[in-house]
Amino acid sequence: MRGCGIIHRVLFELRDVSLSRGNRRVLDGVSAEIHPGATAIVGPSGSGKSTLLRLLDRLADPDAGTIAYRDRPLVEYDPLALRREVSLVPQLPSLLDGTVASNLAYAAELAGKDLDAGRCLGLAGLDAEFAAREVAELSVGERQRAMLARALAQEPSVLLLDEPTSALDHDARDAVEATLAELRRELDISLIVVSHDPEQARRLAERAVRLQAGRVAACGALEEALA
Amino acid sequence: MTTLIDVSLGQVAAALALVAFATAISFWRRTDLERDIVVATVRSFVQLTAIGYAIKLIFEADTIWLVVALLSVMVLFGAITARSRAKKVPGAFWPLLIGLAIAAASTLGLVVALGIFEATPRYLVPVGGMMIGNAMTASAVALNRLGDEVSESRAAIEATLALGATAREAAAPFVRRALRSGTIALIDSTKTTGLIFFPGTMVGMLLAGAEPTDAVRLQLILLYALLGSTAIAALVATGLAYRNFFTPAQQLRELS
Repeated sequence: MRGCGIIHRVLFELRDVSLSRGNRRVLDGVSAEIHPGATAIVGPSGSGKSTLLRLLDRLADPDAGTIAYRDRPLVEYDPLALRREVSLVPQLPSLLDGTVASNLAYAAELAGKDLDAGRCLGLAGLDAEFAAREVAELSVGERQRAMLARALAQEPSVLLLDEPTSALDHDARDAVEATLAELRRELDISLIVVSHDPEQARRLAERAVRLQAGRVAACGALEEALA
Repeated sequence: MTTLIDVSLGQVAAALALVAFATAISFWRRTDLERDIVVATVRSFVQLTAIGYAIKLIFEADTIWLVVALLSVMVLFGAITARSRAKKVPGAFWPLLIGLAIAAASTLGLVVALGIFEATPRYLVPVGGMMIGNAMTASAVALNRLGDEVSESRAAIEATLALGATAREAAAPFVRRALRSGTIALIDSTKTTGLIFFPGTMVGMLLAGAEPTDAVRLQLILLYALLGSTAIAALVATGLAYRNFFTPAQQLRELS
């Protein structure tokens, strides 16, 4: 599913995507193109950023509109295979009980990949010794990095990151941002990063989708979209 | 086995003195349970009296089809009652109904096939009633726990789904804990039976004048059958009910 050498101009294409929860319109006629590379989805709290990310991973389906991934409707993909290729790292770290290594092994096994735990941990900015650590013993920042390492164990083509530094202090935030920049240099991987912070978007991405109350306020090159 | 006990309505009425104690304690300690105690007392009298006459008719008719009809009604009401304890589980009725039906049919079928009981109303009705009642409690507890687990762990379940796990894989730890909750109470009471409490059948037989060894053996058979029926009912109910939390695209449903 990696595209077999075909270079796709557009990674995700959304057309008139809407989603309601109860009486609330969370997304309202969202149309946007997300290109390979690094894209930030920015906007204030409640603007629909995290919901949009969940739709891209098919953890939910829109009430109306269509989403295509690499020129093919998302609904035509096997959702399990799609999620192993387009890996979502949620805002709240939610690892399985056990060690970091067992979490990484589980993710790799699901994706049918051979696990190099040391490399995944290193890419996520953690020492190899973290493999043996129990999840319950980790700090929030370490858990967030372990979540990233777990996603990397699946060797995804696209990483969907939901507020990846929201629970971290400044030093830890800088370290995770450096890790993400390093990831892009080391791996052929696209990043879609949800952030409420336009400055973080400037540091991490070259394109942006700006949401406002469930609608696209701007979309395109970073400075143009954030203006 | 002959029945040596003869209970009059006056004796039943005298036992209401203990209900008066319970009501008084509730009133005194302001637990606000007086109404519930009265309702429970009236309902138990009406329901047990009615079922007593129904069982008398079934024993006299001596036909297996009336037994099947009675047990089917018990399964149906058991599922309806258990559903009210599993409000957080969408579509809980059918998993409960199927779980209770399979538990009752398989355990009764087995005790008859093994020659433990004869396939007559005198054995099938009381034993079936006990199996269904305990299976109902176990599956209600299991689904209640499943609903709590899933609603409290949505983020963890969705994080596992996001790895490409199936709904079954994502729900497995929570289904396991729910199943454990449903069956642990009977396992614990089975461990302590004879030490801390005397189970109902054994007490009933002793009061009716049976030999203690006979009462114990029959009680053991029923305890072992109950372990089987509760495990089967909880297993089937949780195994079917967890699916209702997910869509065919392996998404966790939004619940209102």
